[in-house]
Amino acid sequence: MSTLYTEIIQDAYKHPAHRGDLPDHSHSFEDENPLCGDVLRMELQVDGDRVRSARFSGRGCAISQASAELLLDRVEGRAVADALALEKDDVLEELGIPEISPARLKCALLALKVLKGALYGLKA
Amino acid sequence: MMTTDLASPLDVAAIRRDFPILSGATRLIYLDSAATSQKPRPVIERLARYYETQNANVHRGVYRLAEEATAAYEEARATLARFIGARPEETIFVRNATEGINLVANTWGAANIGEGDVIVLTEMEHHSNLIPWQLLAERTGAQLRYIGLTPDGRLQPDALEEILAGGRVKLVATTYVSNVLGTVNPIADMSRAAHAAGARILVDAAQAAPHFPLDVRRLDVDFLALTGHKMLGPMGIGVLYGRQEILDAMPPFLGGGEMIRRVGREHSTWNDLPWKFEAGTPNVEGAVGLAEAVRYLESVGLEAIAAHDRRLAAYALSRLREIPGLIAYGPEERGALVAFTLPDIHPHDLASLLDERDIAVRAGHHCAQLLHERLDVPATTRASFYLYNDERDVDTLVQGIGHAREVME
Repeated sequence: MSTLYTEIIQDAYKHPAHRGDLPDHSHSFEDENPLCGDVLRMELQVDGDRVRSARFSGRGCAISQASAELLLDRVEGRAVADALALEKDDVLEELGIPEISPARLKCALLALKVLKGALYGLKA
Repeated sequence: MMTTDLASPLDVAAIRRDFPILSGATRLIYLDSAATSQKPRPVIERLARYYETQNANVHRGVYRLAEEATAAYEEARATLARFIGARPEETIFVRNATEGINLVANTWGAANIGEGDVIVLTEMEHHSNLIPWQLLAERTGAQLRYIGLTPDGRLQPDALEEILAGGRVKLVATTYVSNVLGTVNPIADMSRAAHAAGARILVDAAQAAPHFPLDVRRLDVDFLALTGHKMLGPMGIGVLYGRQEILDAMPPFLGGGEMIRRVGREHSTWNDLPWKFEAGTPNVEGAVGLAEAVRYLESVGLEAIAAHDRRLAAYALSRLREIPGLIAYGPEERGALVAFTLPDIHPHDLASLLDERDIAVRAGHHCAQLLHERLDVPATTRASFYLYNDERDVDTLVQGIGHAREVME
């Protein structure tokens, strides 16, 4: 039905398991994509060198919200170092799309930017 | 369902055949003419003919080829001047409407607008007619005042008069047609009000010039900017109109060749209008291509295009409103575009899903962030129409939205 909106993206967008807040989070970061109005906030609970739990909130297009869900699903329970090593191609792999237009790539990569911002302890 | 345009004043099928990009094997549903128009074959061929037979630098050579290029450039100016009801001396070639407005802000604005003076804008301005004035206000200490909007996206009645009554207004800078709402502003009335208060008026006509006849004398405006690529011409060429006595008194914009009369070690003097404002080698092929676009528009007829646009916008509005939950922004009476939102699909997702069906629409804030804040939405989807669109394009759009909803529900 749609080459961009794969089953993976649709499922992650419509049924996110990681949408919400972590009141006792240790790390958080928020950023936006001003061109689209996509807004994303992530809250992480980091325990030693592990990402114990992770949640996101925000609004925006399906690509931006689905990549947040898929990325947090990937890093939850894993080493912080693994999360920091994630790159563009990992995001596209998670989304299940080998190619994306430059305009939509910004939507896809917002989640990665916010995740790394949180882990590096940046102030939003 | 309506099919092709029996009632349209235009023969859209014949017009489409003039546009190579619309004549491919797959029908392109191009609904983004408010961003840029497609180009008809006469314009494309005119650009090639200029380079194949007429290319030389203008206003310099004494050989025949240079004279021919100069004549083609100045004929293009005369064509554009006639198109907007101006004199050639008042018709300055610029890159686009944005450059035209920046020219005014940096010359007339810098010389005439000081601390505490007021520049009146509207809440529906494109960034092209907003940022140049913000920059000027930051530099000079002038104040920006905004004409607000009614719920259906028209300028608040009496708001301009109230601001003018507050005094110190030097300039009213307004768009003619909103690139998001489609609102057509009452420019002649606004000119009268501005002039009665001793202010000047500048009009951003980027979304107006492609769609209906324009006459700077009838509108009685002081400055008007348009861009060629939205009216079937090439990118990188536009026109700034300025009233002659104002242009005469204005300092130059960019310095360089062509704009000078006599150059001294410390000081120089400036060329006559309009060349005083055209430093450096101009975009000659752009100018001749734009003049060809004007001839094409005039051969179709601006009044007929205007009637066609009105019909199509009304049809699109009625079809889109059949979609449950869809919100269309702007007034009933409008230019050839509809911006809308759906409750369950982000505009970027909708645009991507429509693209998969060869439907090109614009999604985002359309360079009008203030307006989107006013509408309280981060982004909208915009379908905009021109002389090569018909009801079938609208029907395909409506079907495409239905398909997108199925994917995303």
